[in-house]
Amino acid sequence: MQIAGNPQSQLFAMAAEVPNASALYHAAEKVRDAGYTRWDVYSPFPIHGMDHAMGLKKSWLSALVFIGGITGLTIAAILQFYPSSIEYPLVVAGKPTNFFTVPAFFPIMFELTILLSAFTATFGMLALNGLPRWNHPMFNWDLFKKVSNDGFFVAIESTDPKFDEEATRAMLEGLGADHITLVYGD
Amino acid sequence: MADAIMQSREAAAERLKRAPLVTSNRTMSWITDHVASVTEKSAPKWWWIAFTLSSSLAMVSVFCIGYLISTGVGVWGLNHPVGWAWDITNFVFWIGIGHAGTLISAILFLTRQKWRTSINRAAEAMTLFAVVCAGIFPAVHVGRIWMVWFLAPVPNSNAIWQNFRSPLLWDVFAVSTYFTVSVLFWYTGLVPDLATLRDRATNKFRKFFYGIAALGWRGGNRQWKHYEMAYLILAGLSTPLVLSVHSVVSFDFATSVIPGWHTTIFPPYFVAGAIFGGFAMVLTIMLPARAIFGLHDLITDDHVDKMCKIILLTGSIVGYAYAMEFFIAWYGGNAFEQYAFINRATGPYWWAYWAMIFCNVVTPQLFWFRFFRRHVLWVFVVCMFVNAGMWFERFVIIVTSLHRDFLPSSWNMFYPTWVDIWTFVGTFGIFLALFLLFIRWLPMICIFEVKAVLPEADPHHGHDEHHHEPAAAVKGGAH
Repeated sequence: MQIAGNPQSQLFAMAAEVPNASALYHAAEKVRDAGYTRWDVYSPFPIHGMDHAMGLKKSWLSALVFIGGITGLTIAAILQFYPSSIEYPLVVAGKPTNFFTVPAFFPIMFELTILLSAFTATFGMLALNGLPRWNHPMFNWDLFKKVSNDGFFVAIESTDPKFDEEATRAMLEGLGADHITLVYGD
Repeated sequence: MADAIMQSREAAAERLKRAPLVTSNRTMSWITDHVASVTEKSAPKWWWIAFTLSSSLAMVSVFCIGYLISTGVGVWGLNHPVGWAWDITNFVFWIGIGHAGTLISAILFLTRQKWRTSINRAAEAMTLFAVVCAGIFPAVHVGRIWMVWFLAPVPNSNAIWQNFRSPLLWDVFAVSTYFTVSVLFWYTGLVPDLATLRDRATNKFRKFFYGIAALGWRGGNRQWKHYEMAYLILAGLSTPLVLSVHSVVSFDFATSVIPGWHTTIFPPYFVAGAIFGGFAMVLTIMLPARAIFGLHDLITDDHVDKMCKIILLTGSIVGYAYAMEFFIAWYGGNAFEQYAFINRATGPYWWAYWAMIFCNVVTPQLFWFRFFRRHVLWVFVVCMFVNAGMWFERFVIIVTSLHRDFLPSSWNMFYPTWVDIWTFVGTFGIFLALFLLFIRWLPMICIFEVKAVLPEADPHHGHDEHHHEPAAAVKGGAH
């Protein structure tokens, strides 16, 4: 078995390469059925149906974005109503400044809803993914550079309760995976 | 007999089969190499020439803006009654161009138009640079630019707040939100490709630069899950946003009482025109880039064909809007409105009106014919006409409506000064210089999305082949 990273440090995962997207999909189904929980598959692009093959639930980013959007809407409503109707009403051409002028506030309410939702979508996605980060044990494996080109990898993390060097290796071999490697930290 | 039927069925199935999105059976690593290497090789000579020219032109704009700010808005040709002219024309022109990028990246994503993958990155970049050019004009046209912070809703010692009921303030929010969301959307799309460049980087500087920019992206499916959700949400947010931006821009005119501006048709008409002009600019930029970098297998003739059809559709909507505006001016029975429109077509600015009609309504009709959609030179020529026509459209709307005031004693013509002209010409330099920097530093085609539309990206590829081969399916049904 090959070794990547510094073997003195903590073992991160046992990883292997599979030839293509189809093999990765079927590998994911088998790893899922074998009962592993702390593992991941790596690919150059998102693979259709992979969440199902891995047994993952829907991302809950959408809930965060909903909260972000509501926040934006509330900020816009307060930002406009408080100065324009309550504290500093600005009378233009003798037109009213009361709460019934709300249609004039819709465009900015809409824009701020979108703005805060978009911020939440982008930064929420990064936060859920634990990004940005400086380094990761997987980057110690030279072959892993292929992941952003045409490489497909599966990695079983050492913290998985079912992780066992012999059994996991046998399972990865059974998947037809190549280059089975122990990936260590720095 | 049966054989003949079979053959004709097979021939029909062959004709109906969708053309592949990436031609010549390219592999994933070919796509990575071909797109990423543009940023890795040293800059070719033409790039330096083009960059020198466009950045010099950009400096002309910067100089003119400096002159304007240091001297005053009197250096422009604005006067009563034409208080808005080239400044706002240029603003609306550039902001309109930005719309194609968001349309391609958001609306075509939601409608599952997979052909967008090879053009969305460059189109989105173009959006950002066009909005940068657009943002210059409203900022400098306020005259005392050091007071421009009055637009921002911050408490100030004058106890005056912004008029939130004014479409001009809506516009500030709409354009700045549009720019910000476009940047977020673009950057989110870039992260996996920046990781590709990071993994290919050979020198220290590139490793550092792309390493930081890629944010530590690893491409694990647990990351892709959130990533795809974020991308879907951003597309969903950008879709109403892109429709709202030009609607709000049109409110700047439509909520006023100027004959020729005060019409309810403006929002949809402006949005269609923006998409129309934007697609023309996408093609204007992509066709030379495709030829220079040999990207014909990724941006195929089918892509060009589809974009031409969108230009034809939106151009015809714009033509319909011109006709409907005229009709309503007559049918509405308002003498001022009628005069404004007849004056547009036959008054002193008749040449601008007919240039607009010719460029925007007549020339795109060539795209009814496959011949014109398939010949790059023709496509380029028509797009140039559309680019010019969309500038004339905004000029016609703004200047012809203003130059005949309610009081005939204040009627006057607008004449641009050299500052007007060179500020506008210089923005093309800003736009092109930014675009040239973009193609040198960032992958101009979305590498990971193009890979995802390859047949081998389908996890079921190679197993149940007959689902993907219409010809085989027809054959199976025949016996």
